[in-house]
Amino acid sequence: MDDLRDLYEEVILDHNRNPRNFNRKAENGNCEAHGFNPLCGDEFTIHMAVEEGVINDVSFTGVGCAISTASASLMTAAVKGKTVAEAEALFASVHELLTDEKGEDVTDKVGKLKVLAGVKEYPMRVKCATLAWHTMHAAMENKESTICTE
Amino acid sequence: MSDRTDNIHDLDEVRSAFNVERIRRDFPILHQEIYGQPLVYLDNAATMQKPNAVIDAMSHFYATDYANVHRGVHALSQRADAAFQQARKKVQTFINADDWREIVFVRGATEAINLVVRSYGGHHINAGDEILITEMEHHANIVPWQMLCDEVGCVLRVCPINDAGEIDLNTFEQMLNCKTKMVAVAHVSNALGTINPVREIVELAHAHNIPVLLDGAQAVPHTSVDVQALDCDFYVFSGHKLYAPSGIGVLYGKAELLESMPPWQGGGDMIMRVTFEGTQFNRIPYKFEAGTPDIVGVIGLAAAIDYIEAIGLGPIAAHEEALLQAATDALNDIEGVRIIGTAANKSSVLSFVIDGVHPHDIGTIMDKQGIAIRAGHHCAMPVMQHFCVPATARASFAVYNTMEEVAVLASGIHNVIEVFA
Ligand SMILES: Cc1ncc(COP(=O)(O)O)c(C=O)c1O
Repeated sequence: MDDLRDLYEEVILDHNRNPRNFNRKAENGNCEAHGFNPLCGDEFTIHMAVEEGVINDVSFTGVGCAISTASASLMTAAVKGKTVAEAEALFASVHELLTDEKGEDVTDKVGKLKVLAGVKEYPMRVKCATLAWHTMHAAMENKESTICTE
Repeated sequence: MSDRTDNIHDLDEVRSAFNVERIRRDFPILHQEIYGQPLVYLDNAATMQKPNAVIDAMSHFYATDYANVHRGVHALSQRADAAFQQARKKVQTFINADDWREIVFVRGATEAINLVVRSYGGHHINAGDEILITEMEHHANIVPWQMLCDEVGCVLRVCPINDAGEIDLNTFEQMLNCKTKMVAVAHVSNALGTINPVREIVELAHAHNIPVLLDGAQAVPHTSVDVQALDCDFYVFSGHKLYAPSGIGVLYGKAELLESMPPWQGGGDMIMRVTFEGTQFNRIPYKFEAGTPDIVGVIGLAAAIDYIEAIGLGPIAAHEEALLQAATDALNDIEGVRIIGTAANKSSVLSFVIDGVHPHDIGTIMDKQGIAIRAGHHCAMPVMQHFCVPATARASFAVYNTMEEVAVLASGIHNVIEVFA
């Protein structure tokens, strides 16, 4: 049971219990996208206000498991005020953190988001952790369609 | 000769008084640890584990009797053919069909429903006609009908469920009318465990001359089914939920209905005579079995039926009922747990949610404790919508589960709540 704490870190549980930037629309929002994980029914909409390449506000609505909710909450906190390019770079680092595809050590690049590292040990849950990020990526590209993590 | 495959396991010991510990020894997969904890397999509604009697019958058949069926004069081919035919008769007896020709081998419940939709529906259901299903159907008994509706313009009507997860027979009857051309209902719901009053449903539908398809995927492993007593027109089930291999399933159809239906796939074995001018189709059931079938799957299915019958569906049902009752009581005692599906008449499925914990997180934390349960929508998204939940966690029981495992389930749930406290 103890190694479960690597997945369900205190920070993750906290963001799940009290998600940041949750259940409201972005102020002066101008793009959004819908994300769906059919496997477990996680479903989020990411709302964003992006002006001149800067993310002035970002929020999310919907329902999901603790991992997807915490990841979405951490994401909104991390990218608010950043540029779109910085947010995309962070997504790439988080993706690497969760999948280890390139074998690159990204701990320095992800900052607080390193609490998501435990998810790597649970391949079935990686989709949960990346759902909000894929959805934000689509919102920034202003794709209308629903993002599906299957 | 083909009995050789049947007798490699002496089932006499199995036949003796019900003893779950001795039954567990028949299932090699159960004896392993997951993350250092003994495996507690409670995902039986998704698929069941296989006893040695099935595994060995299949490998023995490959090792000694294997050949293609229906086509050879040589010795192996005759043995394979005989075993295949014997298996069909075993299925016939198992569900008490009147005639072996009413047993069509398919890939599973899904394929069986699709066969009926394509062959029967495609020819007897037209624009404006109605198909009546229930709100608790598995996607396999929704989507093929929806596809037919899109194609021909018929209408899918859905009998609602109440908050216990039951249908109301009066409502059901009121939804039948002269446009209804098919009733398709789960015998047992995979998401809720509800046992539907299928005998009454068939009677009501037949009073309007409407044929009835029963989806027995979750029923056959837990209760003895008599298609003649039910008087249903079609009955479908999957082998893999019945201790048999995946890839084999059964469509039962009344002979006169099957006779009246066109084939749905063309190829070898389903023909009498082929010329380029035209083809004369084979008789039932072969007309619906184009191509080489899952021969060894059929052998495995027959072995599974022998195994189940040696224990007896009566004792199996009694054992599972006791497990379900104990698990229901245990979960009702845990604060924050809500059981989804509280029908008066239930089979061995226990769906539940925990306040403040998403089912997917429940699934992961249970897995870490060696407990395999299902978390998700169980291919019954409309059921989730009815109960306003994104998903549920589901424990489902089989003959090899024990009271100790029910206790592990309950303590596992306590641990989930503790992680999230
Ligand atoms: C009630 C019910 N119907 C149909 C099916 C489909 O069975 P299969 O996937 O074996 O074709 C299932 C299996 O999940 C089921 O539980």
